[in-house]
Amino acid sequence: MATVESTGRVVGPVRAMWLRVEGHWVWYRRYWTSSLYSSGLQPVLFLAAMGLGFGSQVQPGAATGGLSYLHYVAPALLVSGSMMFAVGESSYPVLSGFKWQKDYIAVTATPITPGQLLGGQLLWVGMRLLLAAVIYVLIASLFGAWLDLGVLLIVPVGVGTGLACAAPVMALAASTFDEGERFAAVFRFVVMPMTLFAGTFFPITQIPMGLRWLAWISPLWHGNELARGAAFGGLEPLPALGHVAFLGAVLLAGVLVARHWFYRRLVV
Amino acid sequence: MSTSVESPTRQGLLLRVLPPALYSGRVSALLERSMLVYSRAWLVFASGVLEPLFYLLAFQVGFGKLVNEVAGPGGQVLSYVSFVAPALLVSSAMNGAVFDATFGVFFKFRWSKLYEAMLSTPVGPLDIAIGEIGWAVLRGGMYSVAFFAVMAVMGLVTSPWALLLVPVAVLVAFAFAAIGMACATFLRSPSQFEFIQLALIPMFLFSTTFFPLSVYPEPLQVVVQCIPLYHGVELARGFATGVLDPSMIGHTVYLLALAGLGAWATARRIGTLLLR
Repeated sequence: MATVESTGRVVGPVRAMWLRVEGHWVWYRRYWTSSLYSSGLQPVLFLAAMGLGFGSQVQPGAATGGLSYLHYVAPALLVSGSMMFAVGESSYPVLSGFKWQKDYIAVTATPITPGQLLGGQLLWVGMRLLLAAVIYVLIASLFGAWLDLGVLLIVPVGVGTGLACAAPVMALAASTFDEGERFAAVFRFVVMPMTLFAGTFFPITQIPMGLRWLAWISPLWHGNELARGAAFGGLEPLPALGHVAFLGAVLLAGVLVARHWFYRRLVV
Repeated sequence: MSTSVESPTRQGLLLRVLPPALYSGRVSALLERSMLVYSRAWLVFASGVLEPLFYLLAFQVGFGKLVNEVAGPGGQVLSYVSFVAPALLVSSAMNGAVFDATFGVFFKFRWSKLYEAMLSTPVGPLDIAIGEIGWAVLRGGMYSVAFFAVMAVMGLVTSPWALLLVPVAVLVAFAFAAIGMACATFLRSPSQFEFIQLALIPMFLFSTTFFPLSVYPEPLQVVVQCIPLYHGVELARGFATGVLDPSMIGHTVYLLALAGLGAWATARRIGTLLLR
């Protein structure tokens, strides 16, 4: 019979987050098939439909920077796919940790703090984003979607943008006490318009000036700019730094608010 | 003072005591319930109208600038927005109906045990099936009217046949709600909704919604033509441009058959799972 020995030691923050990742991994090992689609297949399907199918109707021109539409859209599809996946993984699953599955409440009974719990959740989402991004880059290379090795940089860009979108949604989930109807509103009023209008499929210069600021304040646009810059070059260091700073600020603000709510909800 | 309660009409008795006891003519009770529920979540309800509008707008300002012209039905040359709008109308009817018939039904079925409660009243499984599918269809119908109105405002309605877009959307909603609900009864965990997405998104992307059938290589064209949404898109695009074709009868029959099959399967599944 296996015995459990108490070490009497409180684990450090990194180890604590890693233990949460391990917990997620145990679950994932059993159910990974049902998430294959959202984490790997969906961006590839969009690439096939928009890059190849719709792209066959597009003449390369000024709007696409003289590139074929497949080349134009491939880096941004990785970023918008990461965004969608990260938001999805941070909404109902996080609310469920508090409300339905209640595993967050169970974890709070261990020495792991709510902040470490949040960190573990983000780390787990980040690792899955990384996996999805690598799979996407590999499959997209079979489509001939990449021009040079700079594309390897879009993997961290995708993961970073995803995390920047995940943190605020986790904050929202942690402060949600109903059945999560507000997520439907977030998907419809934030995620969907952002996917369409933040420069993934067409440059935001086609959007009237009065509405263009909406694209500027969306994390996705900053991610898209960085990804295109990494894939084709042509992005100056200063704007690039600005985009990174914006994403970092969104991530930080999201983490701080989420942390507040995690403590408020889990520490009695 | 006593309130009078009407006793159930005797006509329904035969149907009620028949061995499967599937149907008792109380569909309206389910519809009433759905309306009551959504009157409290009107924001979610109303936002469903906006979603296809965002798409339409994106195609007007963005995608349409990338593509000048597309070959529509009968070789007619269309602007990209007018090519894509009817297809968006039916795919939003599909998405809305499937969403209602799967997420909503799963929750009521597995978690809140709503149908079990209903079946302990004279409501039968066929009532539940028709009532839930009926609500999804009503909702889809309302959305498609709103969508059609916006198309008209944007000047995308050019043929009187286009009025038939609304019934086409309702038929698509009916077929997909019925099939979706039948599938939802098989789901065990919310993570399995991925499988529904796995069927929906490719259908949405590849049913000639965004680009014509001729883009595909020959063998793939046959595959695409088997997809249910393709038939809805073809019907809608035909009516929107006013190019009618005898094959439209085939598309309609396909969708009707799907609707009937789905309603039958749903009633059967609910009966098997909850009445035994």
